[in-house]
Amino acid sequence: MLIYGVSLMSGCLIAGVIIGKLIGHMVGIDADVGGVGIAMLLLVVISRWFIDRERMSAMAQDGIKFWSAMYIPIVVAMAASQNVVAAFDAGTMAFIAGFLPVVAGFLLIRPLAALGGTVETEDAAKRSAQGAK
Amino acid sequence: MLDIIVGTLEKLPLVTAFAIVGVIMWISYAIGKLTSNRIHGSAIAIVAGLVLAYVGGKVTGGSKGISDISLFAGFGLMGGAMLRDFAIVSTAFGVKLEEVKKAGLAGGIALVVSVIISTAIGAAVAYAFGYTSVVDMATIGGGAVTFIVGPVTGAALGASSEVIALSVAAGVVKSIAVMILTPLLAKPAGLTTPAAAAVYGGLMGTTSGVSAGLAATDPKLVPYGALTATFYTGFGCLMVPSVGYMTLAALFG
Repeated sequence: MLIYGVSLMSGCLIAGVIIGKLIGHMVGIDADVGGVGIAMLLLVVISRWFIDRERMSAMAQDGIKFWSAMYIPIVVAMAASQNVVAAFDAGTMAFIAGFLPVVAGFLLIRPLAALGGTVETEDAAKRSAQGAK
Repeated sequence: MLDIIVGTLEKLPLVTAFAIVGVIMWISYAIGKLTSNRIHGSAIAIVAGLVLAYVGGKVTGGSKGISDISLFAGFGLMGGAMLRDFAIVSTAFGVKLEEVKKAGLAGGIALVVSVIISTAIGAAVAYAFGYTSVVDMATIGGGAVTFIVGPVTGAALGASSEVIALSVAAGVVKSIAVMILTPLLAKPAGLTTPAAAAVYGGLMGTTSGVSAGLAATDPKLVPYGALTATFYTGFGCLMVPSVGYMTLAALFG
């Protein structure tokens, strides 16, 4: 049944957010620390467990894949609900304070990614170099 | 007649949003094809969303983009935090745990480095513009982390509402800049592998910016970036009002 996959995902999100809130509570802040990330890890581990034991039907998997395919449309709706006017009218100080960290972030992707998976990034570099040729 | 149509659409907000977003996607992907996919359809759709948000904000003076117009209220439901987080979780399906482990360490380092750098930049910019009290610097520094960390920090430290508003604005600028710049800068910045996506998620941190930025770049990278980004705001809320504030107080207090 399709709903089994959707239900599994929902359970992961609920459990993840509760764990995230508990972590937040333990360190003394009223915020969810990584709840969605924890939910993602739960889904990866649990769905792998079920699939390895052939306990997850194709329909149940489709229930998850449907939402995965809805991801971009949902993000478009999210973009359309942002306070874009505030960003444009932010004033110089808020603009610089928000913009510079993004520039710094883009500059740091390569050096930090090299820390984690040197082989992978070299492969990708080779591939893109070949693509360029 | 018009009343009946508008009334019906207003009664079916989420359904109306599904219908309109579908049309936006269709047009955007058609335009993307015209550019022979040099510009990805999803990138065009997200920019179209941002344009709608700007129009909505200008028309209503509200803060929730197009969804402040009652006819388009469903955009707020469809693109709200609940369905967004739900859809983000679904992208993790099919991801290999080995990939996550490989990407995780670099992503975690990126997250810590970025919270420090963003706070420092925000605080420095605040100082340069004459907000020299430590509370103001920490609050605007928090806003440079994300638009949630700013007000959380400001509330914890007792910042003025003007400074809190500035910190939210800085965070919103960051999030929108990530959405727009990611598809343009992905290749030159090396954002091509799962590990790089995890690092990128940790560096940018804004869940909305990262989720839209990666969607417009390469949907396969979404789970890796989203995974690290979802820890960012929580970590920022933890560090900026405490360690961040104390460090700034030691330096400038």
